[in-house]
Amino acid sequence: MTFVTWNPWREMEALRREVERAFENFEARPGDGLRGPVLTERFARSYPFINLSEDKDNFYVEALAPGVNPDSLEISIGPARGLGNTIRIAGEKQAIRMDVKPEAYHRNERQAGKFIRTVTLPVEVDGEKVSADYANGILTVKLAKAEAAKPKKIEVKVA
Amino acid sequence: MKESTVPQKREEAVPQTREEARSLVPPVDIFDIEDGLAVVVDLPGVKKEHVDVRVENDVLTIAGKAEHKTPANPLYKEFELVNYFRQFQLTEHVNQEKIKAEMKYGVLTIKLPKAEKAKPKKIAVNVA
Repeated sequence: MTFVTWNPWREMEALRREVERAFENFEARPGDGLRGPVLTERFARSYPFINLSEDKDNFYVEALAPGVNPDSLEISIGPARGLGNTIRIAGEKQAIRMDVKPEAYHRNERQAGKFIRTVTLPVEVDGEKVSADYANGILTVKLAKAEAAKPKKIEVKVA
Repeated sequence: MKESTVPQKREEAVPQTREEARSLVPPVDIFDIEDGLAVVVDLPGVKKEHVDVRVENDVLTIAGKAEHKTPANPLYKEFELVNYFRQFQLTEHVNQEKIKAEMKYGVLTIKLPKAEKAKPKKIAVNVA
């Protein structure tokens, strides 16, 4: 009979592994950028994938959404009308228009359907100054930061 | 329809510098159409000039070069666009002259018409 003493550190280690496993799909780890446009069920709630960038006056939200009819795209800023820090992107990726019988498929990997994604931005944006552009399957939304959120330059006086 | 990565002849001695070595496998739909096959591929971020579709020795190769620049300082990143690459072994001969490819909204649609000899021939049965 083997005798195993209870080791709290081992428990801690197991817990850490559990937590890491739970988060492994969220974390952006170095070298983990190769998540393609494949929509698996696990990621379905975070479709489309987005990249966020900023400069002094604007935020840019880029969404990887191929095959979406631009007319179906709806972008809104919340929670208050016109001002807020959440952006909601909704749209529909169309299924193939051609009449294809189920038995004619050799492969069917592309998924289609409606999607909604809400992203919270670090600061408030002005809902009146939003522009969106859809090119080559990538949606780019440019959002102007609200005046109050812009960095202010404070001059240092030299005595 | 077998997916295959055909070993390509490469000049091993000269390493290709500055070439993006990683590539993504894009999702595809492949289905039969009236006179051949249709292949639909999601290639977001690829301009139509940067798509390379070819059939050689019954192997369909789809390659795409994604050109994408982050508009400003990146804050948060969920996707990264690198090159796309995927190959399929075709089971039937394709009429190379008549391959049509179309790119819209980041989705590539390829139509591969069957070669004449691959089409089923209807043989009339004579009743004596």
